[in-house]
Parts: sequence; C-alpha cells; structure tokens
Amino acid sequence: MAENLSGNMQEANTGNETSVSKIVGKQSVAFRKPPYIIAASSIAGKKEGEGPLGTLFDQIVEDPMVGKENWEAAESELMKMAAQKVLTKAGLKNTDIRYLIGGDLLGQLIATSFGIAELGIPVFGVFGACSTMGEAMIIGSTLVEGGYANKVMAITSSHFAGAEKQFRFPLDYGNQRPYSASWTVTGSGAVIISNQKDPNKNTGEPDIVITGFTTGKIVDYGIKDSMNMGAAMAPAAFDTIKQNFEDFGIKPDYYDKIITGDLGYVGKNILIELLKEVGYDITNQHMDCGMEIFDQESQDTHAGGSGCGCSAITFAAYILKQLRERNWRRILFIPTGALLSQVSFNEGNTIPCIAHAVMVEAR
Amino acid sequence: MEKEKNTVSDIIRETNKTIRDEKYNQYVKQVTPTFSTVKNCVAAYIVGGFICVIGQGLTNFFLKRSGDIELAKAYTTICLVFLSVFLTGVGLYQKLAKFGGAGTLVPITGFANSVAAPAVEYKKEGQVFGIGCKVFTIAGPVILYGIFSSWVLGLIYYILKQVGVV
Repeated sequence: MAENLSGNMQEANTGNETSVSKIVGKQSVAFRKPPYIIAASSIAGKKEGEGPLGTLFDQIVEDPMVGKENWEAAESELMKMAAQKVLTKAGLKNTDIRYLIGGDLLGQLIATSFGIAELGIPVFGVFGACSTMGEAMIIGSTLVEGGYANKVMAITSSHFAGAEKQFRFPLDYGNQRPYSASWTVTGSGAVIISNQKDPNKNTGEPDIVITGFTTGKIVDYGIKDSMNMGAAMAPAAFDTIKQNFEDFGIKPDYYDKIITGDLGYVGKNILIELLKEVGYDITNQHMDCGMEIFDQESQDTHAGGSGCGCSAITFAAYILKQLRERNWRRILFIPTGALLSQVSFNEGNTIPCIAHAVMVEAR
Repeated sequence: MEKEKNTVSDIIRETNKTIRDEKYNQYVKQVTPTFSTVKNCVAAYIVGGFICVIGQGLTNFFLKRSGDIELAKAYTTICLVFLSVFLTGVGLYQKLAKFGGAGTLVPITGFANSVAAPAVEYKKEGQVFGIGCKVFTIAGPVILYGIFSSWVLGLIYYILKQVGVV
C-alpha cells in the first residue's frame, strides 16, 4: 500500500483472521499488491502523428484505411497492430496473456472483436465510450491483483472516420463543426498489466504500478448537444475526481498530474470551476489528453481530441514516458465517456456520462 | 442574453435535478465559444453568391445556344449538380462548406452534396443495403416534406380555386 493511502480503509472479517479490506470509501479500491504496467503500445493515425505527441507514438499509420476495405476494418487493423506491438515490446507471446479486456466505439464492439480474433486470448469486451481505457485498466488490474491472472492486456481503439459515420454525418457531407466539437482520434493503445515487475526495464527506471482506482457513476447534467461532449462529460469527471479525493482523504496535490481523457477546452474549464466550488483547486495539476494530442491552432481540431484511442495512446506514449523518466511520480488518469447512442440522441435524450479514475504511480 | 447569469455554485447547490440541469445548460451556453454570425453571413454571401454567379453564367450560355429559357435552366441545374457531386467525390465540397456554411447548403449544390456524400460513405455496405438504403439519409427529410408540403399547398390552391378566391 502507498504510504498516505491508509485513509478510509475498512476492516473486513474473513473467517478467523481479520484482514484489511481493499475497499476504500464509497467507490474506490486501494490495491495491497499494486499490479505493474510492464509494457504499452500506441498506434496513431496521420493527423495524430502530425500533432505535438507525434514523435512519441510507436507507429504512425499514414493510410486512413490501413490497407483495408472500410473504416471499421481499418480500426480493427489498428487494434491488431497495437496488440501485437505491446506483446513484442513486452517480449511475450499471446498465450502468456490470461485475459484481454478491450472495447471501442463502434456498435457491438466490432473493432475489438474483429481486431483481436486471431490472437486467441480469452476476452472481456467492455464499453465505456471514450472512458473505455480506464474501465479496461480497472478490470484488468483487479483481475491481476486478485490473483485471477498473471498478465492481462487492456486495449482500446477509435477511428475518426468510423466514429463520424456512426455518430454524425458521412465524411464528405458539407457542414460546419462548432467550436465545441471534438475530433475523434484515429489510433489504438494497449497496456499489459502484470503481477510481476517488468524484466526488460532499464536499470534506474522506476516500476509503474496501479495503486488503486475510483469507479465512476453515470452522471447526467441534462446536456443534449452531441457537439459539446466536453460540457456533457465535465460533471462526470468532477464527480469521480471529487469521490477519489474524499474516499482516500487526499487533496489535489497528492498527485503530480490529474489527467482527464477528452474534456477538451470547453470541458476543462467547467471541470476546474466545478471542483473549485467544492474546495479542490486542480488548476496546477490538471491536464487533458484531448488537448495534448492535437495542436488546436494549426490542426483545426476545435475543442480537442476525443475517442477511446485519445486517452489510450496519450497514456501509452506520453504519460507512461513521463512516469518512467520520473518527471511525475503519482498521477490520476481519468478517461471520460459520453454514453449516448444515435437512437438515444434521435429520441431527444440527454447524454449520460461516466469517468473512471485510475491511480498510477512510479516507484 | 438574459441578465441573470448562472454561476457554478448555483448549479452545485441546486438540489432539484431538473432546475440544476436547466442552470447547467445555461451555464454551458455562457462558456461555450460560438462562431461569429457576421463572419458566417459574409462567408455564406460570398460563397453562395459565387455559386449563383456560376449558375447565371451557365444559364446565359445555354440560353444563347438554345434560345429556350426553360431548357437553359434545366441544363444549368444538371451542370451545378454534376459540379457538386464531382467536388464531393474528390473531397473538396466539405472544405468549401466549412468556409461557406449556408452559402453552400442552400443552393442546389448543397442538396447534391447531401445525396452524394452518403453514397460515397455507404458504398462499402453494398449496392442495396448501403447506397440503396442510405443514400437519402440526409436528403430524405427534404424530399419527403418537400413533396408533402407542395401537396398541401396544392390542396389549398384547389380549394381556393373552387371557392373562387383565385
């Protein structure tokens, strides 16, 4: 256990012996044997490659179709590439992975199903819209820490054109995107979570561990505008971050960085204002993957990047690097998701949102 | 804009979910950047006007050749639709629309684009379930309600004619 995280742990009775439970507060968990993130991969599209993080990605795929027939197959291919890359980087075979926890934005998770079919790894398909990477890492680390798996892979993907086609308009349709609209990231990111340290790690590099998490609730503040996802998701991020602070009895400065998934420029400000109102100022710690991945000015991405791939490849390529280089020691990683569908949107519903917080540490 | 501004603390302290959601929506409206209407109108005027100038040029050209204004108008429409579909196919119409906004949407070129774009997108799902079913996903409402409203107007016209008003 992390030294400062004794806070709100509950005592649990297991038969004769009294042991410390891992349940913390209302929605959180603190691991007793924090699982290790031993490898990560990031496959990015052309536009992402031209962005500020371009040099950090493992591979940049110039062809938006990735040599395939359609957008959906292209996204599956990206996911397959990310899975293979992370295995290679970890020096593992697919049979070394006990479970794969993955998801994407396409209906019925077809990017995942087709992408990882050949790997032959037992799989949990998860959907948390753009928060999927957080959800997959939470489930994966829980399986590992609980002793149900030695190594698991958490993986997600998204594709700009596939998402536009499913949620908005055909690509060539002439319309104007509002400033609050985000740009779905084309890319796929994967991490391998293990119960053992990374054997390939360079000397002097810290271990990267998942120390705990806070699972998000569905939060809906009545936003209906699907072109303003940041505003819709900000209350969900607010809710989960606040709960994380309360559950562990910590303040924002416990973390070096508090990193949301894809709130973008509109959502970021709302989140900071909401948290200030309940006594937490995260201005110095906050960062948003959607704002890091693109250059708003030169790349014309309006509110910023979004999609499952946005937080996944930013985490794999940039965040982990900062932790490995000891620039940051503790972070809270909070991918945010808007759980709407085309049907719910057409039927005039509001956008239910979610945010999952993963606590990651370099030690 | 209304005078009373919603602050974050109003939203957080509000216990009634419906009122809180209303306040939050108003607050989001305050903090979300929007396009400049003046700039949009100017861009639409320029681009839309330019498309109309091309149309007028074509009409003049065909009128000169055929001497028949109805025929010239039909040819003009065909040419503009072709031009729009061509630009959609090579991916340029979307770029023009990003700048021109309503200037590219209102003329017949906008209608052609709204049919061509789904055709390009859904080709991969097959000739029947792809293009066949989805080609009018955007233009469909315009066609349906266009026909319906002309039917209603026709009915009104018929009644007025019977009554002797027109």
